[in-house]
Amino acid sequence: MHELSVAHAIVSTVVEALSEDSPRVLEVRVRIGVLSGVVPEALTYAYDVAAQATPLADAALHIERAPVVIHCAPCDADRILLGTTDFTCSACGAPSNDVRDGKDMEILSLVLEDEPAVVSP
Amino acid sequence: MTRIVELKKGILEKNDLHAAALRATYTDSGVRVSNWVSSPGTGKTALLEALLRLALQRGVAAAALVGDCATDNDARRLARSGAPVRQIVTEGMCHLEADMVSQHLNGWDLASLDLLVVENVGNLVCPSGFDLGEDTRIALLSVTEGEDKPLKYPQIFHSADVIVVTKTDIADAVEWDAESAYHALRSVNPVAPIIETSSRTGAGVDSLLDQLLSSVPADDSRLTPQEA
Repeated sequence: MHELSVAHAIVSTVVEALSEDSPRVLEVRVRIGVLSGVVPEALTYAYDVAAQATPLADAALHIERAPVVIHCAPCDADRILLGTTDFTCSACGAPSNDVRDGKDMEILSLVLEDEPAVVSP
Repeated sequence: MTRIVELKKGILEKNDLHAAALRATYTDSGVRVSNWVSSPGTGKTALLEALLRLALQRGVAAAALVGDCATDNDARRLARSGAPVRQIVTEGMCHLEADMVSQHLNGWDLASLDLLVVENVGNLVCPSGFDLGEDTRIALLSVTEGEDKPLKYPQIFHSADVIVVTKTDIADAVEWDAESAYHALRSVNPVAPIIETSSRTGAGVDSLLDQLLSSVPADDSRLTPQEA
């Protein structure tokens, strides 16, 4: 259940980025590589626990999955893999361990509540 | 009304920073560091015991840091080899993180060591994303496990710099199908050297020690995307 460690890292990173007068956070958007070993359902569950009693208690977690992208040297091109169990080029079949995407976990953005503009009478 | 603010921060940034600091310390101290990951029961501790004994025989200053959810059984067992050993008890946590490693290295003179082995908590899923600053990540697969295990747990086998097959002395008895296992390993990791070992007979332990000592210098690229 390393998702709990990951969830705590998300919450603490976002909370540190907020200032006291920051507007309410409605959503935290993250990008999780399929090679990161994190299960989205487990992360959502762990996030709900980690966010309790923090400024993110009411903020939803939106998870975008990043597929594995390998670089094929013979083709000199990047290839998206369909899964995580066959590290070969979809065009020429050459094996490659040169992973260009799909390993990392990143907090992309925050959706904030925007205070309505004050209209002067 | 809502608005979107970009943050663009790595989720494991803190762990990665700790790992980078460890890596710099290891490089300055001239110590080779490996992180051993596998499922429970692969024979990590038995192999490590054989490796530490051989290292001492060959005059290689080796030490080990072993992670487990509970008990210091492994540290006590490994201490029989004569090498300095410390236990990290994770209190149920399923993997080691870089700051746990830093805390347990406190007081050790790394410059006096040639080789440090960090034995991770037995788990094929959780440790894969957590860089410990090692120069070599070793994933172990025993002949008693299914040959398709690398396909079931691709992340950890993909992330390995070296793959070690253990318990080869009983390969025939358990009808180990080396060909299909190698095929599965190569599907998820086309490049890592594969070393076959037996802790009981000592086969392959010398090759593993040579590999660890000659391993390529610290590589920071594992967890950061490479620029195309």
